[in-house]
Amino acid sequence: MSGGAHEPAAGLKLYHPPMSLWWWLERRAYFKIVVRELTSLFVGAFAVVTLLQIRAVGDGPEPYAAFAAMLGSPAFITFSVVAFLAVLFHALTWFPLVPTTIVLRVGEQRVPGNIIAGAHFAGWLIVSVVVAYILLRG
Amino acid sequence: MAKRTLTPFWWFLMGAGGMVSAMLFPVHVLLFGLAFPLGWFEAPAYESLHALVAHPITRLYLFVFIFLPLFHAAHRIRYTVYDLFRVQPSMHQPIAVVCYGAATAGTIAAAYTLLTIS
Amino acid sequence: MAETLRLEVSRYRPEEDSEPTLQSYDVLLDALNHVKNEIDGSLTFRWSCRMGVCGSCGMMANGEPKLTCAVPLTDYDPAQPIRIEPLQFFPVVRDLVIDMSSFLEKLSNVKPWIIRDDVEATEAVEFKQTPAELDAYKQFSMCINCMLCYSACPVIGLEPEFSGPAAIALAQRYNLDSRDKGKEERMDVLDAHEGLWGCTYFGECTKVCPKNVDPAGAIQLYKMASATDYLKSLLLPWGSK
Repeated sequence: MSGGAHEPAAGLKLYHPPMSLWWWLERRAYFKIVVRELTSLFVGAFAVVTLLQIRAVGDGPEPYAAFAAMLGSPAFITFSVVAFLAVLFHALTWFPLVPTTIVLRVGEQRVPGNIIAGAHFAGWLIVSVVVAYILLRG
Repeated sequence: MAKRTLTPFWWFLMGAGGMVSAMLFPVHVLLFGLAFPLGWFEAPAYESLHALVAHPITRLYLFVFIFLPLFHAAHRIRYTVYDLFRVQPSMHQPIAVVCYGAATAGTIAAAYTLLTIS
Repeated sequence: MAETLRLEVSRYRPEEDSEPTLQSYDVLLDALNHVKNEIDGSLTFRWSCRMGVCGSCGMMANGEPKLTCAVPLTDYDPAQPIRIEPLQFFPVVRDLVIDMSSFLEKLSNVKPWIIRDDVEATEAVEFKQTPAELDAYKQFSMCINCMLCYSACPVIGLEPEFSGPAAIALAQRYNLDSRDKGKEERMDVLDAHEGLWGCTYFGECTKVCPKNVDPAGAIQLYKMASATDYLKSLLLPWGSK
């Protein structure tokens, strides 16, 4: 530390603006990012639901049928609607951020960010179709 | 190398979990949370689902599906709690322990379930 | 050109005020300088070059951090007053002048100079650099320290100790410089909650930067480098110094 080399001049009466507890509601851009971060609540919750579902599968046909019935309850359908919107928002805000952490070079040229992001969106589509195919082939 | 915090490690798990959940969760939530319960599509029969879950590759898939997104959630929730509730720095450590502790517990439960499923 | 335009300017006079108040002016187009020259000479604000290079005239215009010399008044609806306030998240000295000592402290903490211990005096030697090596850091060297990014970042408001966008981007500028050997020293400072990890990627710093420095991108790459180093030392313990 520089031991106070940079301090306001003595004798100034500085005004320190307060920060509202609701700062994240006061700007659309801040709100959007906080919502993006809060989608992780549903990511965590759905990971737990999946774990419980696997346990139900391991427990046998009757416990699994009971679990499936629980998934169909109005409360759970409501949860799923919100969770789906949340994970969708997560995906839509995640892939555009990928190029900020990856520097790919082809020869001397840095691969443009939107190509990297686009490749992830394409991969998302393919993976989703494959998962859906495996689960729906009957 | 001088002293380093653990944060780069948590951040890495957050990133890996963010990627896994962005790629896989929308289709899983759509199918298991909405399409099957609401009868848009016929849900897989118990026997075929059981056979699928018991397959070693599926077990590995499901482990990754649960483990990394749990740490993604733990990391993001940790920082969102700091920022939204204007948490005092003295409370940072306990909150971090609760978040990553919960994710670790979930990971152990997932590993146990997937290893012992019959 | 008798168009009239209303500014609402934040006034803070430490002798008589306990907090800023708003004062209204109806002025012709040369806005703040017109106010100071023709209407109220006591209005206090910083400015210098008028060409977006010195970084002195950053203020909040209608709640957005702006380099006021670079924003034409024609961007604003003349029917609405334009609210001018000091850069947010900084202590206010007077009117539109903020206290930047915390920022200067943060800048010097990240050691924004070329660090080498293999030469006595850098003036005595020549370090050559290829255009590609220059390109690697050039973008991050365009920062003019205008502090708009600090005013855009809510983490600065929440945690005043946070190093902040410009300081981290500047650290990255030296890390990426082929002549520099100070990466480890800077990581000692920045691998902390008040360093890199307070950032949760709001990304507003990059949006408001008048020089397209992309501090948010610099922080992301910095975090990635830190995580990669960490994993390497975890997986290949014999490979680390």
